Amino acid sequence: MSNATATPKTTPKSKTEPAAKTSVVRELSGSQAVLEAFLAEGVDTIFGYPGGAIMPIYDALYDYRDKLNHILVRHEQGGIHAAQGYARTSGRTGVVFATSGPGATNLVTGLADAMIDSTPLVCVTGQVFASLLGTDAFQETDVINITTPVTKWNYQVTDATEIPSVLAKAFYIAGSGRPGPVLIDITKNAQVQKFNYEGYTKCEHIRSYRPKPIVRKEYITEAAHLINEAQRPFVLFGQGVILGGAEKEFQAFIEKSGIPAAWTILGAGAVPTDHPLNVGMLGMHGNYGPNLLTNECDVLIAIGMRFDDRVTGRLDKYAKQAKVIHLDIDPAEIDKNIKTTIPVWGDCKETLPLLTEAVEKKTHTAWLQRFKDAYKKEVDAVIHDELNPTTAEMTMGEVLKVLNELTGGDAVIVTDVGQHQMVACRYAKFNGTRSNVTSGGLGTMGFGLPAAIGAKYGAPDRTVVAIIGDGGFQMTLQELGTIMQFGADVKILILNNRFLGMVRQWQELFNDKRYSFVDITSPDFVALAKAYYIDGQSITDRKDLKKALQTMLEHKGSYLLEIFTGKENNVFPMVPQGCSVSEIRLK
Amino acid sequence: MKQEYTITVYTENQIGLINRIAIMFSRRKINIESLNTSPSEVHGIHRFTIVINETEEVVRKLCRQLEKQVEILKAYYNNNDEIIWQELALYKVSTDQIAENVKVERLLREYGARAVVIRKDYTVFETTGQRQEIDKLIKFLEPYGLIEFVRSARVAIIKDSAGFHEKLKDFELSAPSEDVIENEYLSQADKVFSM
Repeated sequence: MSNATATPKTTPKSKTEPAAKTSVVRELSGSQAVLEAFLAEGVDTIFGYPGGAIMPIYDALYDYRDKLNHILVRHEQGGIHAAQGYARTSGRTGVVFATSGPGATNLVTGLADAMIDSTPLVCVTGQVFASLLGTDAFQETDVINITTPVTKWNYQVTDATEIPSVLAKAFYIAGSGRPGPVLIDITKNAQVQKFNYEGYTKCEHIRSYRPKPIVRKEYITEAAHLINEAQRPFVLFGQGVILGGAEKEFQAFIEKSGIPAAWTILGAGAVPTDHPLNVGMLGMHGNYGPNLLTNECDVLIAIGMRFDDRVTGRLDKYAKQAKVIHLDIDPAEIDKNIKTTIPVWGDCKETLPLLTEAVEKKTHTAWLQRFKDAYKKEVDAVIHDELNPTTAEMTMGEVLKVLNELTGGDAVIVTDVGQHQMVACRYAKFNGTRSNVTSGGLGTMGFGLPAAIGAKYGAPDRTVVAIIGDGGFQMTLQELGTIMQFGADVKILILNNRFLGMVRQWQELFNDKRYSFVDITSPDFVALAKAYYIDGQSITDRKDLKKALQTMLEHKGSYLLEIFTGKENNVFPMVPQGCSVSEIRLK
Repeated sequence: MKQEYTITVYTENQIGLINRIAIMFSRRKINIESLNTSPSEVHGIHRFTIVINETEEVVRKLCRQLEKQVEILKAYYNNNDEIIWQELALYKVSTDQIAENVKVERLLREYGARAVVIRKDYTVFETTGQRQEIDKLIKFLEPYGLIEFVRSARVAIIKDSAGFHEKLKDFELSAPSEDVIENEYLSQADKVFSM
């Protein structure tokens, strides 16, 4: 099956040695060395798509197929989003294969998404023979330069002897410090080249790379002092808590200090939804209290979050009254958007226990009550009607409410991008960490379905529900084919409002209802699923909601449930773009 | 307030790194006034010297973003008072013109210039200095027909620097010592950087 290669093909070994750390020198091809590296790094699943320039690696994979589970996706973008979903639920590095040229360029959206959402990935792309580089060879693309701005690190291998050390670096860089995507481009000659393989040594140090800044105790003392003096302290937490595996440490900190805590969209689930100090979601469509009271707190403690503009709204009117303590592993995040009073550099897994030890045990009853009061106001103005609508058409919120009742909050909720995403993140119940998979920073429509497939491989024992809009689903629905072939058990919940709802909402509110190309039609999604041998149904009536969701959850294997919701429902509250968080609108 | 800053970046010697560095600037639509790459005082470590016109806040953030790149060890920024800097320029003029009209001796003395090549048809002068000095000589030579002119990027030495030798030792340790600290001056914006 392999095409003609520069070196003569040897007879395949009947059984490849599984032990990667063998010190016995043996001859391997570059391709085999890639797969040995995967085994040594504990990789179990690869999402990929073959093609000319990566054929030698796929040929080698043939002998490793009982050790490495390769999922053949339907598009490279689906592959990389799946790897992202896998990384997000499992906490391990996601791995992707793609060929040169179009295969590699199809990864770009996923790389950008993983970069901005700090998701650890190692992508291996094939490349034309080194001798052809720069000649506009068939399927040649300058993938290193295309992907430089959207990778934490990338490297082109032209000699097989480099492969073990480069892959060791790749896994180390992807997974350490603030994680991110790494791309390794391997020319075809390096894939087929035989060399003396001396085993695989994991990388533990690169002199020019500091994954973790030194923890400076004096700042922890100062931060604790500020927290102890604070009357109205407020904690904002993000994905840093999850990436650092510091959920327990974080909970211990807020419980001892008694500080109300609100989450960014990627921080959802780091603390259970019903924890008494969890006061809700930040940001443009976050909860009323956390946004409003950001501009009333006296000390703002940001933990593993990066003050994205969707969280801060107008910067010059953001928490100006507050002293800011910022805990982050990435020194470049400190003072990037918000001027910090006290920076606490480091992995919050290390810094939070130090901080917890130094703060006094306190409760802030009156202050916490402010959040409760604000929540009540939000319930009256928005939440009650969203969850218990009297309109003929269903709301997305009531779907989430019933879903919560049925899953109890234990499911992994994967979302796409748009109104359904905001509603899902606002109302989904999360009992545990690594339960919310969404494209936060990049806002990639089409992320949902492939990410859900990967999320299932990353957390095979958990129920995975992919909540997707009618627009986003049509961007990557080809991955139904991946489900069909490999059987990932994903519950697909399409919330269909027959509009590109979020853009429509903006056009309604800010462009005088000039609905410019947001009216999107859809195919018969259930029939489409059937074509892929996936069961499903479509409902429009509220009376069918609970039963339909139950059927979906109890179905053995994947299931597609389409729910028609109100066409022109809006997501509220909302901090309009360019406004301060205290100008949050309830309607 | 925007002013000229010289950014000194110590890096590994890696293909493609110049692109990774350049896009940090172009992404923010910042024009690079001058860029020089060269070896540094430490064997195997490269040194980029980049000049931009920006506010201190932007330059500081840029340096943090630069240091985040895997193959960059350290990025420093300095204003013009904190560095010794030089540029080199070459001027090609017609030998006839110069011989007839210019007191070459005076030219060499007053402008610190040096004749690199003297041929029948043309002469190449070289001068090293700061922008004003180089520009002065252009002005002087222009009336006599400047055939070609080229100026190099800025190279700069940081007055307060003790060099990178000791820093590198720290970087080579997997657990760096306490005095290797990140962003040491972040919350002390008024404090002038020194190494």
